[in-house]
Formats: sequence, structure tokens, C-alpha cells
Amino acid sequence: MALTGLRIDGRRPGELRKITSTTSVLSQADGSAYLEHGNTKVLAAVYGPREARHRALVVHDRAILNVEFNVAPFSTGERRRRTKNDKRLLEMASFIKQSFEPVVIAALYPRSQIDIYLQIIQQDGGILQACINAATLALIDAGIAMTDYVCACTAGWVEREAVIDLNHIEESSDTSEVTIAMLPKSNKVTLAQMESRLHVDKLEELLSLASEGCKQIHQVLDKTIRDRAEDLAQKMAV
Amino acid sequence: MLRQKQFVKKTKSGKVLKVVKEHYLRDDIWCSVETCKACDQTEAVLTATPSINKLFSLPHYIIPDTNIFMNQIDVMEKSQITNVIVLQTVLEEVKHLSLPIHKRVRDMISNKEKRFFVFSNEHHRETFIEKLKDETPNDRNDRAIRVATKWYGNHIKNLNPKVSVVMMTDDVANRAKAEADGLQAVSVRRYIEALEDDDLLDMMSDVKGLDDGQQTIYEEHLSPAHLSGGIKSGKYYQGKLSISGHNYLEGSIFTKVDGVENTILIVGREHLNRAVDGDIIAVELLPKSEWRRTPTGVVIDEEEEKEEEENLKAEQAAAAAANEDKPMTDATKSTTDEESKLDTPQPCGKIVGIIRRNWRQYCGFVDRKSVHTTPGSTAPINVLFYAMESKIPKIKFRTRQAHNLLGKRVIVSIDSWPRTSRYPIGHFIRVLGDAGDKSTETEVLLLEHDVPFHEFSKQVLSLLPEEGENWVVKPEHFAGREDFRSLNVCSIDPPGCTDIDDALHVTPLPNGNYQVGVHIADVTHFVKAGNVMDQEAASRGTTVYLVDKRIDMLPSLLGTNLCSLRSNVERLSFSCIWELNEEAEIVNVRFTKSVIASKASLTYEEAQNRIDDERMQDDVTKGIRTLNMLAKKLKKRRLDMGALTLASPEVRFSLERDTQDPVDVEMKELKETNALVEEFMLLANISVAGKIYEKFPNSAMLRCHPTPPAVNFEKLEKAVARLGITIDHSTSKTLSDSLDNAVIPEEPYFNKLLRIMTTRCMMQALYFCSGSKTEAEFRHYGLATNIYTHFTSPIRRYSDVMVHRQLHAAIDPNVTYGGELTDKDNMDELCGVLNHRNRMAQQAGRSSVELFTHLFFKNKVEEEEGYVIRILKNAFIVLVPKYGIEGIVYASAKTPRSTSGDSSSSAAAPHPILVYNPETDSLQSTEPLAEGQTPKSQIQLFQKVMVQISIDDDLKGGGEGGMRQKLKMDLLKPWIEGISVHGICNKDDPEAHACTATAAAAAAANGDDSVKKRENPEVAQRGSSKRSKA
Repeated sequence: MALTGLRIDGRRPGELRKITSTTSVLSQADGSAYLEHGNTKVLAAVYGPREARHRALVVHDRAILNVEFNVAPFSTGERRRRTKNDKRLLEMASFIKQSFEPVVIAALYPRSQIDIYLQIIQQDGGILQACINAATLALIDAGIAMTDYVCACTAGWVEREAVIDLNHIEESSDTSEVTIAMLPKSNKVTLAQMESRLHVDKLEELLSLASEGCKQIHQVLDKTIRDRAEDLAQKMAV
Repeated sequence: MLRQKQFVKKTKSGKVLKVVKEHYLRDDIWCSVETCKACDQTEAVLTATPSINKLFSLPHYIIPDTNIFMNQIDVMEKSQITNVIVLQTVLEEVKHLSLPIHKRVRDMISNKEKRFFVFSNEHHRETFIEKLKDETPNDRNDRAIRVATKWYGNHIKNLNPKVSVVMMTDDVANRAKAEADGLQAVSVRRYIEALEDDDLLDMMSDVKGLDDGQQTIYEEHLSPAHLSGGIKSGKYYQGKLSISGHNYLEGSIFTKVDGVENTILIVGREHLNRAVDGDIIAVELLPKSEWRRTPTGVVIDEEEEKEEEENLKAEQAAAAAANEDKPMTDATKSTTDEESKLDTPQPCGKIVGIIRRNWRQYCGFVDRKSVHTTPGSTAPINVLFYAMESKIPKIKFRTRQAHNLLGKRVIVSIDSWPRTSRYPIGHFIRVLGDAGDKSTETEVLLLEHDVPFHEFSKQVLSLLPEEGENWVVKPEHFAGREDFRSLNVCSIDPPGCTDIDDALHVTPLPNGNYQVGVHIADVTHFVKAGNVMDQEAASRGTTVYLVDKRIDMLPSLLGTNLCSLRSNVERLSFSCIWELNEEAEIVNVRFTKSVIASKASLTYEEAQNRIDDERMQDDVTKGIRTLNMLAKKLKKRRLDMGALTLASPEVRFSLERDTQDPVDVEMKELKETNALVEEFMLLANISVAGKIYEKFPNSAMLRCHPTPPAVNFEKLEKAVARLGITIDHSTSKTLSDSLDNAVIPEEPYFNKLLRIMTTRCMMQALYFCSGSKTEAEFRHYGLATNIYTHFTSPIRRYSDVMVHRQLHAAIDPNVTYGGELTDKDNMDELCGVLNHRNRMAQQAGRSSVELFTHLFFKNKVEEEEGYVIRILKNAFIVLVPKYGIEGIVYASAKTPRSTSGDSSSSAAAPHPILVYNPETDSLQSTEPLAEGQTPKSQIQLFQKVMVQISIDDDLKGGGEGGMRQKLKMDLLKPWIEGISVHGICNKDDPEAHACTATAAAAAAANGDDSVKKRENPEVAQRGSSKRSKA
């Protein structure tokens, strides 16, 4: 990278992969979205607000958020099945839940439950960010009240250079990678997650890069939603 | 634009994986030509007006293909070649094929003056191409290069029609295709020829041009797939070939045979099958009947005979050179012969394939006999090259300046070794200087020992503090440091030492104990982990000390100034502070970064004088006395624990001020104060080792000294047993005691001699990573401690730098660090590099001493007392303590050395006068003996002899400019007919040593017939080979 200024797949350090997204891909669900970050592909479905499954979980003044996260066995080059109680999966689900809880206006739906199902179809790095972004789209598609978009982006140090939106090869070479989820309007961060060691002095740079990335992602997501809305409006006008 | 890359890959475990990668194509990759307006570039690399070559009408940029870099990297590195566009396709292919070459290409790219630009053609929308159906990857890459060249051509034409691009390739088909596409293509040879630079022409490697049309000599190597299969199934053995230092036709690998670690011998040219020392090779075992019982030289002889016959038919140049094999193998036979006879046959094998080459550049000289054109001729001829290392085979290369190269030291690298060529084929790189010249020879020995001695690059120097010499300790440096400026710190070093990395202090405490501090230069404050300076230091590994110069590990601003703990300036340091009680036992220890201001930097002698001079009562002197008292107690305890006091014959040269020629030699002297400093350094190292091991149990950098195996002592034990002395080497304690007891009153030097020889039985001390050994293996045998490391010399050793970082991380929780301190594999690798560098540095130092010894004895003949320290089959080795030198004295009659080997191969040679008696490990005269009678004359270990030392002018490769000069020793006393020579100086004359120049003249006048014979060794050999044939 030092010689050409390009990353392994031809991107520059601050560039995202190509994002494609559509909403309302499933008719059964109340809201759904399909999102690609390059070769990472994820499907999100939102059900609810609906009656809570278990009485015991009901909260009288707001809705509860339930996230289920799953990885398809065929999503990696090597086929691997994960059990439903895989701790990694549960952890990811709780990260996602955590990043949406402050944004969804749950008080509007008392005594109910909102389910978010996430399915990874193909993996190429940045699973968490893809899930959060897809979930945002699906929640909006389901018409659930939120204060803002939640946009997530990863950033990390690859070969002594700060880059965003790491792909699988970049992730796998012992990199310090941070994923942040933020609200693009207020610039508030709802999630910052990192699993490796990183010098404090270097964190600042990564965070600012990642938040730049979040803003770019926000524009893409926003465009998808607006296009969809326009499409619907046209159909209704006819 | 987005493309997918898909390919199928096999993993290590054998699974087949499909890998899908994204591949983005861009519009914003610039051409990097200075004046280009079309591209939005920040820093253009290529000049607007590149160089002109006669072949082309326009100035042009060069676009080389992969093989140009792979084969002609030396040419590309020359300063004449600039404005080169390195395509990404090419760079990736190079990386795939050879990492060392890739590194060299990268270095060129980062060198601004070379103006090498990397063009990411694979990511450029217009130059990316998809692999066609039925197209091989190679063809696809060639096409990619052509497409990129074409794009550049068009792009530049729009910009400036007066500039063009030229594709450089040696592939004829590719050139034809390029020309069909309307591109300019050229081969390297034509391009360089048009530059009309002989130097560059010689540097080109040319595989085809050197083929002398001989029959195939070697078996074909097996394919890599075949090899890996064979190695897996246990049919072949993999290992790193190490060629015997005595005989370049005998190599071995160390590997596991049937589950037992063993050495596989590979003997002879055919079996070695074009492998060079250091190559990773695959070996197939020979049938047991062909295994060798003793590593004698017999097999070599047969080989040589055959070779000789062949050579009669072969071309003249090759024949003359092959003859030269003789002295090399013969002279060494004597040394291989004496190895103990093996009861079980040694496994022998032959090389079936080469897994990785270890070719590099070699330094040596051109064989005079292979040059057979008239002086002044510039026609290209093939010449043979001898490397200074005897392990390397001769190298054949083509040159136009053969006559200019004679008598010079030159560097040559190997390009290939085709099956039809007896010798590897290489190309000339550069001339170092005249043979025999001191600075040239010094450079040679640095190169030979792989010591990096180039100047520090600008990048490295840019990392030095901006203030340079005026750097001072500022208030902000005190953060996290203790202020020790008020302490009476002083340093004690050898005279003339400028890189002072340690200093000491002692303060009596109110409770009667002492606070003792060792302060080590804080190098890691200046050298941050991972930056260019750090990488450079890591690759240098250590500072190399030669007799007349020093090759620094760190830039001298740091080494001799900013880090050096000079007196009366404030310096940053890393301190180790103990509380010691009156008995010098450690009460507690702590480590801290600090600031000190040394009060005095003393030499060993000055410090000693201060201790002895009772009138001196200042604080520093009192401190030194206290330290001395504690050091003695420490030393005593250490010796009681079983630490060894070993010895080596180290000498110091006094050099003439201007010419740096050696004028005198003296043994290095040890003073009490040497031991003082040493004791505290050992203490610091041991304390630090414990601390970093605690913090980094898996990755601490430690140093161990393995227990020597019993076989190492066998010979020595036998020899001293005769003198009524026993050596018990079961533990270091018993060894140390038996060494102390081994005293012969009438021979005061004996004990020292014994210690020198015991040192040679020892193993090498090694750096290792704590995760790679069990705790029991950490032990340092020589120092008798369970754990040890190097902490006290960070200016001159990289290991200490690493230890400093680990210690800092261990004491300060705020320190941030990454894999460089915690990764076991990295650390292991680093230890390997440092061990290698260390060994090389030691050897380079020794070679340097040898070089100066030779300079010292030039035109001198000295008579000196010596001791026999090793018995060989037909010779013995004498150590002369006064000069610390060793030399071989031959026992087989007084014949010229170059033909002495004939004594064993032909009956006509003079019979040996002394023969080896394996029972007593001595050389005895051959007259028939009655029972119980001692032989008339015999040479035994430890025997005191008188020898005459002079320089042997018999140089290989035809006199002047050949191999290095050798020291010659001739026996004077005891007188053995046929071996001993008459002394030139009267040995009773107390001023015998004074007559030197005249002595040399006398030797010449003496007309010693051996000298005459030596003048034309070729003739002598011719004769003998004919004789043996008949």
C-alpha cells in the first residue's frame, strides 16, 4: 500500500466498498431490507410492533427490542454450521440491540415487542456494520418510529495506515479494528466496539475516520429510503 | 467499476476453498509524469524529459517486465537506469517469485533519485484485462504489460509528443507481439549495449552466452511438487546445506533420520548437484553400502582424478581452473582426517532437488589463469572467480575487462547453474579495490561475513533529534523519570571508548546497606519500535568492532553522543537500583527510567589508580572503592556457584597514527576494575532477565548457554590425563574447580592454555525467546545462573534494545506496546537473526585481527615460543601466546604446502616423518620401536615448541591478488630432521626479536628451495597428476 496508495482490492484508505441496498424484499415481514457492503451480504427482517411472545417480558410503558442474528453456513468459503446458542452470535445480537435501543422510540408502543431478524448470507468482513445498517433500513421500512438513522462503519490500521470498511483479508491480518455506530444528525455514538489492542493515541484517528464513513453510509441509506418512498408515492398517485 | 476475482485455493489441511475477492477499477490513477495536466497528481515521480538512448529517437520511460527484475536486478539498481515505470503486475509477480528481489525493487522505488514509479495497472479502468479462455497466467500478465505500455504511450503522446515509452523484455515472442501492436520493445542487452558502458555490460547476467557446449554433468532436479510429496512421505530429507569449511565438495544437512537427529553427508560434485552453501535442499539417502565410515578424503580424490581426465579434453580455461581444485581439497584433507573414526557409518545422501536458493553476492578474485587474452583486449571472455569463502564453488562469468580485474577484489553474484555447466554462472557487480590493500581487505571481510556496513540512509538519519549535537535534557523529559543528577555516578570503560552505555553509583544507606545503581543509556527513548531506524538497527543486530574501525548499529550521533553517558552532561538512562547488604546480597531491586549526570568517565586504568591511590578521598573515588569491595564479594559468590573463568588469547594492536598500520601487538590485560564493572553488569542482566520473564513468560528475550556435551571434552581429557590432571565437566562447578586445580608449577602458562582450550569445548551462547524453551534450558552454563539476558549495552546490541522495551513495559503500566514484544514467533525469528549477526560479527572481528596480524608480520620473521594445542593426522597446530596466533606446522617432511597433498595420493611423494598415533593422540617418528621404548621424537598436546613465524607468500590463483596471505609457522625446537628449519636468528640472542627486515632478506637469500617450487605450483601439479595416472 505504501508504494501505490491503494489497498489490496484497489480502494483508497478512506473509501467504502460499493453499497447496494433495497427495502421491502420480504412480503411476510413488516419491514425488510437487503444490503451489500461489497461481498458482505445481509438480509434483515423486522416484525412488530406486535404482542410480546412471553408475558413475563412485557414492559407496560414501552416496547421491547429483540434481535436475532444468524450466519448462513454457506456464507464463508468453508462451510461451517453454527448452533443457535453460539456465544459469538448472541454477543453480536446484543451489540445490535444495544445500538438501536436509544434510537427506537419504544414508548410509542407500550406492552409490545419489536423483533429484528438478521441473516448473513455472505461474509467478507464488516459483518456488524452491515447488520446495523441493514437493520436501520428494515426498521424504517417497517415504519417504526426512530429519532435518527443508525449508521455503522468499521475502521482499522492496516500496514500502518488507517483505513475504513475493512474487507475480510484486511481484517484477518492481525489488525486493530473498531466498529462504531452513530447517529449522523446528532453525531452521537451508540456503539463503539473493538476486540484487539490499540494505542490510545491512534484511537482518535480511527474514530474520526469511522464517523466520516458513517456519514457516507448515511447518504447511501437515505437515498435508498427516499427512492423507495418516491416509488411508493408514485404508485399511490396512480 | 467493480470486478470480481475468483479463484480456487487449496489450504494447508488439504481442503479446497473458493476465494472470492473484490477488485475495484479506478479512473484516478495518475501517470506521475511531471508535466501531465490530465492527471490530478500530488507528487510526480517521473521527470518530464527522461533519458535518451541511441536506439530510440525520443527520450523515453522504461517499462520492464518481471524477468528483467528477476534476472537483471543488479543492472536496474545502477544509477544510469532512471525513470522506470514498475507495473503492479510486475511487482506482484516479483513478490511471488522472490522476496529478496522484491525488497530490492521496493528499495529502488522508495529511492527518490531512481525515479521508479509504481503504476497500478491492475486497478486502472483502461489497463485492466480479464484472463482470456485458454490463456496461461503468464501470457495474461505479458498482455497486461503490453496493454499498460500502450496506454502509457497514448497518454504521453497527448501530453508531449516528444516523449515515448519503451517496453523492456528479454522474451522474443513478447517483443514480437509488442511490435505488432505498434509498441517499442527492446531487450536489456541491446539497450545496455547502446548505452556503451562496459561496467553495466559486465553486470548483465547472461545464461546462454556462457554455455560451453559440454555434456550434461548433473542430474536434473525434481519438480517442487515431486519434492514436497517425497518429503512428506519420508523418501527425501529436507535441510539447509552447510558445506564443510575445509572442502567445498563435502556438505551436510542436519535433520531427523528415522526419528533420530543426525547429519547426512553429501560428498562429491555429482551428489551435491549444483547446491550452494545455505540452500534449502532435498536429499535422498544412498544405500547403506555407500555410507562412509570415516570422513576421509578418499572419495574426493577419486572425484578429482576423474575430473582431471575430463579436463584434459575440456577447454583450456576450465582445465587450468579445475586443476586448482587440488590444493584446496588436499590441504584440507589433513584436517578432516583427524576427526575421530566413526563406529557407525555416517549416512550419506545425494541432492535431488533444491527447495530454496540462498544465492547472494560473493566477494573474491578472478583467477589469473582463466584470463587468456592479451592485456588491453576488451573482447568479452569467460573467466573464473574464486570466492574468499572456501565454501563457495568457483563462479564463471563473462567480462570485457578481465585484465583490469586481475589483482583486484571483486563482487560477483550467481545467476544460474545449468546442468551442462560445471560451475555456476554469474555476473560481475563491482570492484572493491586492490587485493592486499588494508581498506579493501577490511571491506572484503565485512562482505564475507555478511555485515551490513553501508551508510545510514537519509530516512534513518531524519529520525534523529532535530537539535542534533545540541540536544539537551529538557524539563518534559523528566516525566516518568527519576532525577538522579545529584548522585555520584561514574563510568568505567576501556580507553578510547566513545559509546559509553553503562555507568554506576553507590550510596551508603542509613541502615548500613548500600544503594547501588547501574545506569544504562536509554536508547529506546530515541529509537522507537518499528520505525526505520529501529528496523535498520534490528537488521544490523550489533555493532561490529574491527581492529581499525567500528561498524555502528546506530547512527553515531546517538551512539557516541546523545546516548553515550559522558561525564558532566545530563543524559537519559534506564536504571537498575539495588539495595545490597554488607555481604553484597540483594535486599531488593527496582528498575526505573531516570536522568543522570555522570561525574566522571574513567578508563579501567584511571579507576584502578584511584582505588590504589590513598590520597584520593573524593566521593567518586570512595564510591569506586565501595563498589570494588562489593564486586569482589559478588564475584566470589558467583565463582562458588560454579561460574567459569575462561580465557581466550585476545590481543590488542597499537596502530600507527596516520597509516593505521599495526606497529605492535600486546595481549589484552585485565585489571581489577574490569571485573568490577563486569560483576555489576552481570547482576543487572540477571535481575532484568527475571523481571521480563515474569511479565512476558512467552516472549521474553533471554540468553542461554547450553551445557556442552561430554564428547567435546574427550580429547582434552585424554591429553591432560597424561599430565596427571583430571577434568570433571559434569557441572560447571566441578569444571571450574578442576580448572583451578590444574596447575603445573614449572609451566605458569599451562593453566591459561587449558582455559583457552576449555573455552573451545564450550557451546555458543544464544539468544532465545522464553516461549521456545523449557525453563530448565534457560540455564547459562558459563555464568552458572538459571536465567540471563543482555540489558547493559543497548548502543551496540539490538537484543538489549529489545530487552529495554520489554523491561519498560514490565515496570510502567502506561506503556503501550504491540506484537513486537509479545509475539513469540516474531521474537524467535529476531533471536535467529541476532544470533547469526552476533556470530558473524565475532568472526569478522577475528578475521580483522588475523588481517592485521598478517600486516604486522609482513616482511618479518619472528621466532617465538608456542604450545601445541591440537594434533592433526599429518600436522599440528601451535598457539603462540605472545601474539595470540595459531598456525599449522606440517609433519610430513619439508615440502611446499601446495603440493603436500600429493604425499598421500602418489607413492613418489616424500613419506611422512611423523605419523599419527591414535592411542596417545600424538605424532611420533616412524623408526621401529622396542617394547616400552619411547619414540625418538614426538609431538604431544601442550608440548612447548619454538616456531618461526613468517608470511606465506604462496597464494592461490597465481600469486599476487589471489587468496589471502597465510601465516606460516616452521618448527625450530624440538629438532626433528626433515621438518624443522634452521633458525635465522640465534635463539640465545635476547634481542632475537629485533632482527626482522634483515631476517626476511636473509630468508630470500637462503634460497630455500620450497620457495622456488611454490612459485609455479601449476607445473608441479601437472607432473604429479600425470604420475598418478600412470
